[in-house]
Amino acid sequence: MVDAATLPTTRDEDWRYADGAFLAAADPAVLAEWRTLEVPAGETIREVNSHLSGETMDRLRVHVGKGGRFEAFATIAGGKYSRVEIEVTLEEGAHFEFGGVTLGGGDKVQEFVTRTIHAHPNATSNQVVRAVQWGQSVGNFLGRIEVARDAQKTDAAQNFRAILLEKGASANTKPELEIFADDVLCAHGAAIGQLDKQASFYMAARGIPPKVARKLLIQAFIGDAFEAIGADAQREQILENTLAMLDQGAM
Amino acid sequence: MLKITNLHATVGDTEILKGLTLEVGAGEVHAIMGPNGAGKSTLSYVLGGRPGYEVTAGSVEFMGQDLLDMEPHERAATGMFLGFQYPVEIPGVSNVQFLREALNAQRAARGEEALTGGEFLKLAKEKAGLLKLDMEMLKRQVNVGFSGGEKKRSEMVQMGILNPKFAVLDETDSGLDIDALRIVGEGINTIMRGPSTGVLLITHYQRLLEVVQPDKVHVLANGRIVKTGGPELALHLEEEGYDQILGEAAAA
Repeated sequence: MVDAATLPTTRDEDWRYADGAFLAAADPAVLAEWRTLEVPAGETIREVNSHLSGETMDRLRVHVGKGGRFEAFATIAGGKYSRVEIEVTLEEGAHFEFGGVTLGGGDKVQEFVTRTIHAHPNATSNQVVRAVQWGQSVGNFLGRIEVARDAQKTDAAQNFRAILLEKGASANTKPELEIFADDVLCAHGAAIGQLDKQASFYMAARGIPPKVARKLLIQAFIGDAFEAIGADAQREQILENTLAMLDQGAM
Repeated sequence: MLKITNLHATVGDTEILKGLTLEVGAGEVHAIMGPNGAGKSTLSYVLGGRPGYEVTAGSVEFMGQDLLDMEPHERAATGMFLGFQYPVEIPGVSNVQFLREALNAQRAARGEEALTGGEFLKLAKEKAGLLKLDMEMLKRQVNVGFSGGEKKRSEMVQMGILNPKFAVLDETDSGLDIDALRIVGEGINTIMRGPSTGVLLITHYQRLLEVVQPDKVHVLANGRIVKTGGPELALHLEEEGYDQILGEAAAA
């Protein structure tokens, strides 16, 4: 962690893919600012945030009580440097659900950083992050999962996928698993690719113009991250917000 | 309505079509048969405008327009339907959304009004019924988890909904059992048989041609049409195989 007085640099593991120039010029007090949230035992709290423009520095520290549930869903479409960071500590039987989407072009650097602490037995977590980048932009997901010594029956899953629409865009991911219990399930997967060309041609052959086809494919792709919201107006809203940024983008 | 003249096409550095000439008139169904590697699928992809299939010479006129000058989605909006040998799976996009986007994009390109959700569902239900495809399947993701036969029936439902002027069907019969073959064949007849529509049916087998009676049968070999005849040519091929025909063509 970083002191209020010192600025992090890209040499710090948690900031290694951040925008160096931004960090060098940043106000240390702003970077060191954390929101805190307490989810009482047995209760559920959900946060849905669309960070669509400008720079975002949102760092949130959450404690989830026994059997409680914290759900966070976020879109980052702004820049030049935007970071959403969540640190969650899970009590027995608690659950953390996270869905994140970065979407951007230009020279934006957009990242999600999570630290999930399974401090006690039977807690579960599930994280799905999708990145859609074009131009010279960068989408990052740094996800650390810590399983404490007595946190048996932990079930933690993490999945990151990125689509690079243009040469020059990039994505980074750094899954970190620190496991001190022996009876746990930790799954993580990552893939970086392009839009499915076969699907694009199939859509074109049915009369769908390339721009609409791309939007449908991206909608399907980022939809994974918001699936856990369920059939909900909130889900429609964040999906629409996010896709609107695709239309506004240079693409 | 479709006039292909001296078509040459390459995939990578390999020339696959080597001077193919073929004309299908309105109200006609033509079948193309031929050995593996003859260029049958290449022909369908060239007509659809698939990236990577490069036309090096020749022309394709479709309803008086230069087909090769159009983007793939423009070809579709003009009324060209390409039935895929291997329909593509699109996770996360439902058939209903896919087809509604496709139909309304085509209608917009033709200056027609978009269908509302209700109108579209009514149309989809009617066409799905025709092909005996469960309406529930249309709510599922495009081709995801469909069996081979379901994919092909789904293609025909798409064709019914999009109501094209001309269909190029690439081995629509492969992977179908006998019952599904009849359903698909009858579907082609119902949807595409008419005085102002045409079909180019690419197939390996005579079976589909028993249901969809072609007006003409062409044999495609080594990138060219080497023989053209009536429906009896397909029967002849079924009995004799390609070798004899190809031998005759080479000798002629």
